[in-house]
Amino acid sequence: MKQKVANPASRNPSLPRCPTGIQGLDEITGGGLPRGRPTLVCGGAGCGKTLMAAEFLVRGVVEFGEPGVFMSFEESEPELAANVASLGFDLPGLVRRRKIVLDYVHIEPSELQESGDYDLEGLFVRLNHAIDSIGAKRVVLDTIEALFAGLRNEAILRAELRRLFRWLKTKGVTAVITAERGREQLTRNGLEEYVSDCVILLDHRVVDQIATRKLRVVKFRGALHGTNEFPFLIGDSGISVLPITSLGLNHKISNERIGTGVRRLDAMLGGRGFFRGSSVLLTGTPGTGKTIVAANIASAACRRGERALFFSFEESPSQIIRNMHSIGLHMDAFVKGGLLRFHSARPSLYGLEMHLATMFKEIASFRPQVVIVDPVTSLMDSGTPSECRAMVTRLVDYLKAKHVTTIFTSLTQGGHALQQSEASMSSLMDTWLLLQDFEGNGERNRVLYVLKARGMAHSNQVREFLISKNGVDLVDAYIGASGVLTGSARAAQEALEKATTLANLQEAARRKRELGRKREVLERQIGALRSEYETEAVELRRIDQQVGTRTLVLSTERAASGRLRQADAHTSNGTRDKPKFANGRP
Amino acid sequence: MNKNKTAKRHSKIWQLLLYVIDQTPKSQAAFLNLKKVCEIHLKGRYHIKVIDLDKHPQLAKGAQILAIPTVVRRLPSPVRTIIGNLSDTERLLVGLDLRPSG
Repeated sequence: MKQKVANPASRNPSLPRCPTGIQGLDEITGGGLPRGRPTLVCGGAGCGKTLMAAEFLVRGVVEFGEPGVFMSFEESEPELAANVASLGFDLPGLVRRRKIVLDYVHIEPSELQESGDYDLEGLFVRLNHAIDSIGAKRVVLDTIEALFAGLRNEAILRAELRRLFRWLKTKGVTAVITAERGREQLTRNGLEEYVSDCVILLDHRVVDQIATRKLRVVKFRGALHGTNEFPFLIGDSGISVLPITSLGLNHKISNERIGTGVRRLDAMLGGRGFFRGSSVLLTGTPGTGKTIVAANIASAACRRGERALFFSFEESPSQIIRNMHSIGLHMDAFVKGGLLRFHSARPSLYGLEMHLATMFKEIASFRPQVVIVDPVTSLMDSGTPSECRAMVTRLVDYLKAKHVTTIFTSLTQGGHALQQSEASMSSLMDTWLLLQDFEGNGERNRVLYVLKARGMAHSNQVREFLISKNGVDLVDAYIGASGVLTGSARAAQEALEKATTLANLQEAARRKRELGRKREVLERQIGALRSEYETEAVELRRIDQQVGTRTLVLSTERAASGRLRQADAHTSNGTRDKPKFANGRP
Repeated sequence: MNKNKTAKRHSKIWQLLLYVIDQTPKSQAAFLNLKKVCEIHLKGRYHIKVIDLDKHPQLAKGAQILAIPTVVRRLPSPVRTIIGNLSDTERLLVGLDLRPSG
């Protein structure tokens, strides 16, 4: 005590814990219940108080070698044994092996008469005897409040209870005391007043017709503890509390890539598909082929010899197998070969936690490399958005830690490509593929594109997603001024392009021919011109010769006439007259 | 016939068990109060056995003992239980079914 006051920081390590062995509870409480002290577990009817107490005791024996005493005020020994047997606890066996003492304290108010003063020393003697007979370290009192109904003198009862809890402490046993939830206080009869070291509140609430169990550590004197409400569930192997906050972000990652089973899709994802252990979100409006893509991925895994687990929340396994036959996927062979397992359940079958636990169990037993959740959105309907996000977080973390590649398909309502829930969920996903349909020209066509793919170069192209009886394929969609063209519009566009090309070719040929023709004409013209020129040149030469000859003749004639007239050198007049002569002569 | 049967039942020996722990004033008072009532109503037809649970704690479970002191009317049947130091005689008589029921 002195040490505690002197150094409050050292209190936590010094407070010894008593591990419960209940999955998750020890994580929340930081190691277990306070050792050697009583813990109050309170909650309404049917919230699992007795079961939690019984599990605390049974696990104490089985896992920690600590014998225990179960003092029941409500259920008889056979009833109790039968109730916990459904969780796989062999209570009678443990009783035979003297590891557990069951003591049913039966009070029948109608057979009991009170006369004068009394105390509950008889209870103390019984409990003491039970503890000492097997060396018990753990004690359960379930539900001690029944005494309030059986005994009329409440003053004595309260005083005795106070004494009992003190006595349990001095006895050094770790006790779990269950109590009914009260209206205005934690317990109906204010037991929290006496048991104040640790109080755990269980709740069983129904939201939208789906029941969820919640656990909260209200009080844990002298220790740090998670104060949140944690969902818990009662499964085949007892209670498991699902703490969200205990999961860290430190899982190992892989550089290995796995194919999707669609070659063009692999090509869009950097040529090699998804990273192993990544989480993939596949969103799409109804009828865009989400399940088909998922089935392809699962089949691809099976073809690689890996195990794939297909959680289907909307279709039965046989229905999926039949439907996939129509696109040439024969999944039944993989199922027979033990590589593919289906798990179908209606989302409304039970609450989110139960779904999660069932999925965890399936995954743990089948150890798949690929898990498909189809569709995750229908699970979303069975809880509030924050619960769903928490659930998906837990599932993603769990699967990532196990290096399991997970494909979540997600249904979006028609019209809106992205929903709020998906936007929030998408941040948990490494790869996000979007399937969409385009309507136009009286037909509906599917397209697929990669919205994000962490850590890989991926295509930014919208591809048309074709589903035929030979499987699925992706083809380049035509992207023009009027948007993405798919289906027959794409085909028409392709035909149009082909025609244009042909026309262009023909035009080019025609021009070539025309050019040839022009050249021919020109050449012909050149030839004609040249021959004309030659003709003219010949003519010119002929004229030239004629002129030469005449000049010679004239000059000869002039000289002769000059000599005849005995003329002087007035050649200029004579020259002017010459043509007269010349002309007049002939 | 009916009267005869009642007489027969009353003629039998009453077996009363008084569970105590140690010789506390409470347990002593209970024994004295019980004896007083028996002397008045059942003279010569009763037998009180005092059981000290301090010495025989294993008996507490089988007898469904919770409070101390406790008187159990083993015979005549049905078994009836009265708890307390039996200072309230009226309630003790009701508990032992010795109250004339009219």
